[in-house]
Amino acid sequence: MKDHDTRIPQTVPIQSATFSNPINAEIRRAAATGIYDIRGGGAKRKVPHFDDLLFLGASISRYPLEGYREKCDTRVTLGTRFAKKPIELDIPVTIAGMSFGALSAQAKEALGRGASAAGTSTTTGDGGMTPEERGHSSKLVYQYLPSRYGMNPDDLRRADAIEIVVGQGAKPGGGGMLLGQKISDRVAEMRTLPKGIDQRSACRHPDWTGPDDLEIKILELREITGWQVPIYVKVGGTRPYYDTALAVKAGADVVVLDGMQGGTAATQDVFIEHVGLPTLACIRPAVRALQDLGMHREVQLVVSGGIRTGADVAKALALGADAVAIGTAALIALGDNDPRWESEYQKLGTTTGAYDDWHEGRDPAGITTQDPDLAARLDPVEAGRRLRNYLKVMTLEAQTIARACGHNHLHNLEPEDLCALTMEAAAMAQVPLAGTDWYPGKPGSGY
Amino acid sequence: MQSIDLATQPLRELNSTLQAQSAQTNATAWEILNPRGAHAIAVGLDAPIEVTVRGVTGYYCAGMNKQAHIHVTGSVGPGVAENMMSGAVIIDGDASQYAGATGRGGLLVIKGNASSRCGISMKGIDIVVHGNVGHMSAFMAQAGNLVVCGDAGDALGDSIYEARLFVRGSVRSLGADCVEKEMRPEHLEILRDLLDRAGADAKPEEFRRYGSARKLYNFDIDNAAAY
Repeated sequence: MKDHDTRIPQTVPIQSATFSNPINAEIRRAAATGIYDIRGGGAKRKVPHFDDLLFLGASISRYPLEGYREKCDTRVTLGTRFAKKPIELDIPVTIAGMSFGALSAQAKEALGRGASAAGTSTTTGDGGMTPEERGHSSKLVYQYLPSRYGMNPDDLRRADAIEIVVGQGAKPGGGGMLLGQKISDRVAEMRTLPKGIDQRSACRHPDWTGPDDLEIKILELREITGWQVPIYVKVGGTRPYYDTALAVKAGADVVVLDGMQGGTAATQDVFIEHVGLPTLACIRPAVRALQDLGMHREVQLVVSGGIRTGADVAKALALGADAVAIGTAALIALGDNDPRWESEYQKLGTTTGAYDDWHEGRDPAGITTQDPDLAARLDPVEAGRRLRNYLKVMTLEAQTIARACGHNHLHNLEPEDLCALTMEAAAMAQVPLAGTDWYPGKPGSGY
Repeated sequence: MQSIDLATQPLRELNSTLQAQSAQTNATAWEILNPRGAHAIAVGLDAPIEVTVRGVTGYYCAGMNKQAHIHVTGSVGPGVAENMMSGAVIIDGDASQYAGATGRGGLLVIKGNASSRCGISMKGIDIVVHGNVGHMSAFMAQAGNLVVCGDAGDALGDSIYEARLFVRGSVRSLGADCVEKEMRPEHLEILRDLLDRAGADAKPEEFRRYGSARKLYNFDIDNAAAY
């Protein structure tokens, strides 16, 4: 008996867009394990991003600056509102907060080395400040987090700035968990917890709630540090207009705004992919809040979440940011997800470029681990040099674009230099759809 | 005794003056007049000096204290002695929320009652409350001792790690993973010392000890209902 009559055209098997292979695989994985998937790497779904914007460049109405000849300044000063000692950076690209514990001591040292060589700042993370990163970071921002792991007033005074972390783009409204396998003796001691247990990082601060309390908390931190250093407030991208306005009202010198592509925090996949706003959607509302308060450029705005190239830097600045911060890109520059480790990624059930189980501590590149043998694979001097090179290239790229738009400082880039390739990006960035003078929601447009 | 009057001198001058004291200072005794509920009084001190605050304070009095002995004759607002490293803070009145939050060392004594979340995320501090404590006290408490001579509110010690809790009165309810534990001789010794140092009129034998069942230390899906 024949299985089917070959004379009759057969229905082509069609995969469901709703129940796609990745979705089905996740259902099977959840059914087999009874636990949700935890990972790093930020939102992997495609969302409107800086790629959906283009610069217009100079033309008859605007003239460009000569590349390699005419100066295009890149310096930025953060914390000019209240701090006696604002942070002065050579480039507007900073290193975002990543903890010792999540990262090896070698990786933290490399971040400090690379950032310092490029003339910019790096940032601590949950778990406190290590002597290595303080020693190798010419400008170090000290994160003040809900868990207060490793927090002490001496380190607070050693910092060049303080960043009060309210939220992260990868998980706005969520805390964190450093799994027991990454808790070495040193990490356990810094966090005052037993070795080997999962360490919960709280989702909200233990001693303040709401913007009125935050204002008093900022007062306390300023009194302890003598009003010397800038105080940043970092928020995940959720309600950027109101969060920015409230941070300014509470007395922040700098607002750090982290979109959902922010990737170095490990949490549930469902959280990463379904909570928060794309970075592109955050910038204009935050800038509008600053403008409405008369604080644009007086309170600086640092944007993070999916910054990869000098074009991304230039676009963020053109939309009104004062600087950007990078996390995932910095790890890649150090050596994360490098093809040289492909055979080891495959042993872990993944592949180069897709490895995101940074929380498990088995990173072949020796970056997101506390395993001494794996961590020894990363040479902090060489990795720091790579990061420095990458930061320099990003800066040169941004300068190239700024000159082409006729600007002698990256901060002179403006929304009028941009157009959008998609309706979504036009609406979020509030710049015209390419070839038009219109974007959704444009005042007076009727839409 | 050196005196600083907040009715006439700004907070910045108060804190910078006290923060400038070193271990070698001759000015070891200070009093602060007219605090009138001001926030961030005597924060970030790092010298073996004695400071008496005559009145009522606002948020974060004695925050991040090191070495200093700070005595408040009135009541205090939220976050008294938050993240204290060492030294002692004595409150004659009541304390609002988050007393001793994330404290790493030293002794905090509250002679009245403490509101909710007393000792939240404590990391080594010793806290003695002569009266009662509110709900969610010792939430996620990591290390140190919380002694409650009165009663404790709901969800005491929720998600507790290795801190020790001693309560003389009733406990309205225990939080996730917090259980009553055996009071052994070494605990009675710890308690006797703390009660003595805190000037509390109570006997160690009158207390019960609570701590972590350690069942939530590593994530297990079968414990999901506990979270």
